[in-house]
Amino acid sequence: MERDTDIELRLLIEAIYLKYSYDFRDYSGASIKRRVHHALSQFECKTISALQERVLHDPGMFMQLLQLLTIPVSEMFRDPSHFLAIREEVVPLLKTYPSIKIWIAGCSTGEEVYSMAILLREEGLLDRTLIYATDINPRSLEKAKQGIFSLENVRAYTQNYQCAGGRRSFADYYTAAYDYAMFDKTLRENVTFADHSLATDSVFSETQLISCRNVLIYFNKKLQDRAFGLFHESLCHRGFLVLGSKETLDFSAYGQQFEALVKQERIYRKL
Amino acid sequence: MNHMTRSRIEAIVVGASAGGVEALLKVFGQLRKGFGVPILVVLHLPDERHSQLAHVFGYRLAVPVEEAQDKQDVVPGTLYVATPGYHLSVEADRSLSLSLEEPVHHSRPSIDVLFESAADVYGANLLAIVLTGANSDGAKGLARVRELGGITVVQDPDEAQVSTMPEAALALHEPDHILTLQGIGQLLAGLE
Repeated sequence: MERDTDIELRLLIEAIYLKYSYDFRDYSGASIKRRVHHALSQFECKTISALQERVLHDPGMFMQLLQLLTIPVSEMFRDPSHFLAIREEVVPLLKTYPSIKIWIAGCSTGEEVYSMAILLREEGLLDRTLIYATDINPRSLEKAKQGIFSLENVRAYTQNYQCAGGRRSFADYYTAAYDYAMFDKTLRENVTFADHSLATDSVFSETQLISCRNVLIYFNKKLQDRAFGLFHESLCHRGFLVLGSKETLDFSAYGQQFEALVKQERIYRKL
Repeated sequence: MNHMTRSRIEAIVVGASAGGVEALLKVFGQLRKGFGVPILVVLHLPDERHSQLAHVFGYRLAVPVEEAQDKQDVVPGTLYVATPGYHLSVEADRSLSLSLEEPVHHSRPSIDVLFESAADVYGANLLAIVLTGANSDGAKGLARVRELGGITVVQDPDEAQVSTMPEAALALHEPDHILTLQGIGQLLAGLE
């Protein structure tokens, strides 16, 4: 028999889908449950049903809840060895394309986007690359577009950048003002930020490389397979798929349709 | 052990912090090959990507040991060690999931997160153990396991290398058992 709170959780997720078309139905259950319970205390709701009542009738309330349901944990050059492997193993192959399209799926507040753009600029590829940076959270996308990050965090990113094989001084890429670092806006000249859901939307372009890091851990196997399906469809022949350091194709039906280029760093190629 | 029967326990969850490696080896070193219950372990460690823990345990224990992977099915008899830097949860379909949600008690992985998610899935068929450690992670999770009918065990604080964590657990709820490491090992061996 289902517990009352499990029934309420399902009803909330269903209400969000019906009203706002955001589909959390196939997200990992344990995580979504924790976040909804966290929201209950934030919004001082006694029950999930009470939260649902407010969310259903108040779009502003839903937008606030969305900030808690999505997890904007990101950093620049997160897992430096991953970026080093992209630089050493993937870039030489990308250089063979006259023009390059890259999709950063679930870009959150943009840290992965700026990391990739910096790497491509240093490798002489940014000018002939188009980057699609997508996310379901409009507030995260807005922040990503601005490219302003806290200076305190940027100091930590500097070390990541150096370990990732960075060729310059990281400070060359931003202007510090008060407690913030504004990143060079030419880094995003070829970036298109767009609203896109891996749960409900379809493929929009052919790409040579897709980076989707620390997004798939929040999906169940079914939704994860949907995302892999989109990536497979979008990637050109022998295109690259790069994942978060603890994400894998091993448990997916699509595992057979990719090969590992650098397994340790979760860099795959479409077969 | 009055209300614990052979078939009842479907999973074991364990949390430890400071002094945890030795404690875990002492408890699980008593298990024989072929032990039939899955074991999920959260041990607080410095946030390093390539933990050697699974390797060390695999070498020293008779049961198979793996570092927990996202979307992996929980296999009976295997001991899974949580990945440093990620929360570990059990899903309703009895697979594992990782998450980068904010740390709990400054810890990621958090013992509370593992215990609460496992309690949801296994209910009364869960056995949860809090061992030595220097913070209060695990106390809330242990209380939740009990609330949903599971069996709770706390290492005797007098024996624990660092007693903060067992004491925090005892302050929040009265467990089914307070045992030494050897006693916990015997309890587990008795599940077979």
